[in-house]
Amino acid sequence: MVLIFVEHDGGKPADSSLEMLTLARDVADQLDAPVEAAVFGDGEGLADELGQFGVEAIHVVDYDGVETYAPIAWAESLDQLASAVEPEAVVAPGSERGHEVLAHLGASRDIPMAANCLDVTVGDAYEVERQRWGGTLLEHARLSGDPKLLTAAKNELTVAPAAESAEPAVEPFTPELTDDDLAVRIDRIEESDEEGIPLGEARIVVSGGRGVGSAEDFDQLEELADLLDAAVGASRAAVNEGWRSHDDQVGQTGAKISPTLYIPCGISGAVQHMVGAKGSEYILPINTDPEAAIIGHADYAVIGDLHEVVPELNETLRERSD
Amino acid sequence: MNVLACLKRVPNTGAKIVLTEDQQEIDTTNLGFTMSPHEECAVEEAVQIVEEHGGSATALTLGSAEATEQVRTAIAMQADEGVLLETDGEEWSPRNTAGAIAEFVRDRQEDGGGFDLLLFGNESADAGNYQVGVRVARELGLPIVTSIKSLSVEDGAVVAEREIPRGSEVYELDLPAVVAVKEGLNEPRYASMRARMQARRQEVEHVTPERRTDAGLKKIRLESPETEDSETEILGHGPEAVPEIVRVLEDELEVI
Ligand SMILES: Cc1cc2nc3c(=O)[nH]c(=O)nc-3n(C[C@H](O)[C@H](O)[C@H](O)COP(=O)(O)OP(=O)(O)OC[C@H]3O[C@@H](n4cnc5c(N)ncnc54)[C@H](O)[C@@H]3O)c2cc1C
Ligand SMILES: Nc1ncnc2c1ncn2[C@@H]1O[C@H](COP(=O)(O)O)[C@@H](O)[C@H]1O
Repeated sequence: MVLIFVEHDGGKPADSSLEMLTLARDVADQLDAPVEAAVFGDGEGLADELGQFGVEAIHVVDYDGVETYAPIAWAESLDQLASAVEPEAVVAPGSERGHEVLAHLGASRDIPMAANCLDVTVGDAYEVERQRWGGTLLEHARLSGDPKLLTAAKNELTVAPAAESAEPAVEPFTPELTDDDLAVRIDRIEESDEEGIPLGEARIVVSGGRGVGSAEDFDQLEELADLLDAAVGASRAAVNEGWRSHDDQVGQTGAKISPTLYIPCGISGAVQHMVGAKGSEYILPINTDPEAAIIGHADYAVIGDLHEVVPELNETLRERSD
Repeated sequence: MNVLACLKRVPNTGAKIVLTEDQQEIDTTNLGFTMSPHEECAVEEAVQIVEEHGGSATALTLGSAEATEQVRTAIAMQADEGVLLETDGEEWSPRNTAGAIAEFVRDRQEDGGGFDLLLFGNESADAGNYQVGVRVARELGLPIVTSIKSLSVEDGAVVAEREIPRGSEVYELDLPAVVAVKEGLNEPRYASMRARMQARRQEVEHVTPERRTDAGLKKIRLESPETEDSETEILGHGPEAVPEIVRVLEDELEVI
């Protein structure tokens, strides 16, 4: 059996969990075994949705205090459930919680865990293909341990319902926990009053890099973004210079974006930047250097000084909208 | 407050990654080395906490003798002390790395120099295993929280925030504790030339850890993901390209 950890928001599974299900089902098919899910919190309504993805049983962890996220308690519950149902593999999404909970399980059982997997071939040891360098490189590796612990890479696997849907049995599972297990937990949620379009959801992203030259020169990019209903992003170089806040950074240690159009201005196209931008459908850089790596990744390109091109473009777009 | 920040030496790759012929490593012939941006923030935070609360900030790495370079970078960023857990340079599994770090922390504790806070990067830049910090915490029986982008120390506890869409989740952990952090936590200082020169003269403690045996996760080979090299249409040079840009936005991409 393959046991999966499903994240959900009031009964609606997270995208990363559905992506993970594609990998988990593949592992289960190879083992000729069912997929069963562990869920925390009110899982009402999950049965329908998860059934379509071939999940045959849902174990709802039932313990006072685990409705809110508490990584150690969640991992401990998963550990006890795994002892009861003896899965061959435990698979989690490549989300913050997915990585955290599975790492705890690996640590408490002292067994290995493979993060960000794209493909798995089962056997005595599993052969996994996983992302390294934030997705810039792939690694083929052999994973041992019982059960096998895997997280699925985010934004890489296609969400696809199962060929045959199932009608999962929903069963409560009551773990034995201590207060210590619940010591680390969400104490409170604070809301931010950020306005504007979040980078990850924007249809167009205009980004600036070292070539922008100063914080003030980002005004031109802000204006362009305004005219295009776009969000403003930045390279790490621009953030390190103090021109933009880290919230704007696109890349391995920043945001992963997937707009229809990405307009990087004065950005060279380092691998760590590109892993954040590769979800873009079209890329249109503005760069003085025709040899810059970013040009090779682009669909369209303008060779030139952004300080001349962007104001002219803004002017034209402004006239057009008047 | 004694704070430990753990960091890993990794190649500083640029526009394209070249692999060695046996596909086991990145070809570093023409590359410098660095640490993950997450870990730079861990070092900066350790230094800031000590500036505010007193005590000592220690930077630690497990790796080859060359990794001393990254420890010295941390010292140039005003960490008080550097430690190298020296290996033959082969990549250690997360389990073995965590075992060696936990052992070092335990030894320090027995010598009366325990740490109140251990900081890790959320994931190493190269391996991205997302687990060394958690394994160290579990081995030492300490609370840990990961993916942290804001942190403060108050009255024997650490308050840590994890970003969620339009807000943050707040955690409070009693010290001693472990926190794995992400870039954006702070703005790491730029080490001056003078600080770098001074760091070169400072002694770095060497410890040779014992490697446990484990099958774990064993690398077979690395490969570069396939990328479709797109045809690039040059729309023009300089401001003269603007009408072409507008035409593409309007007619081809239909975004305006
Ligand atoms: C582990 C790790 C993680 C990293 N994570 C990230 C990340 O998340 N995001 C990220 O962006 N980087 C990341 N980096 C850094 C990355 O390697 C590069 O250093 C960075 O992306 C470079 O930023 P840049 O392109 O703005 O600057 P540069 O590489 O300096 O490029 C500037 C570009 O601007 C062009 N230019 C100059 N003047 C003009 C002008 N007037 N008009 C038009 N063009 C002009 C130049 O031709 C050049 O192409 C990471 C690095 C490491 C080691
Ligand atoms: N060789 C190492 N030396 C010191 N710290 C390390 C080492 N490897 C990993 N770490 C720490 O553990 C974090 C998570 O690493 P990983 O589990 O490999 O993603 C890193 O960001 C570092 O803080």
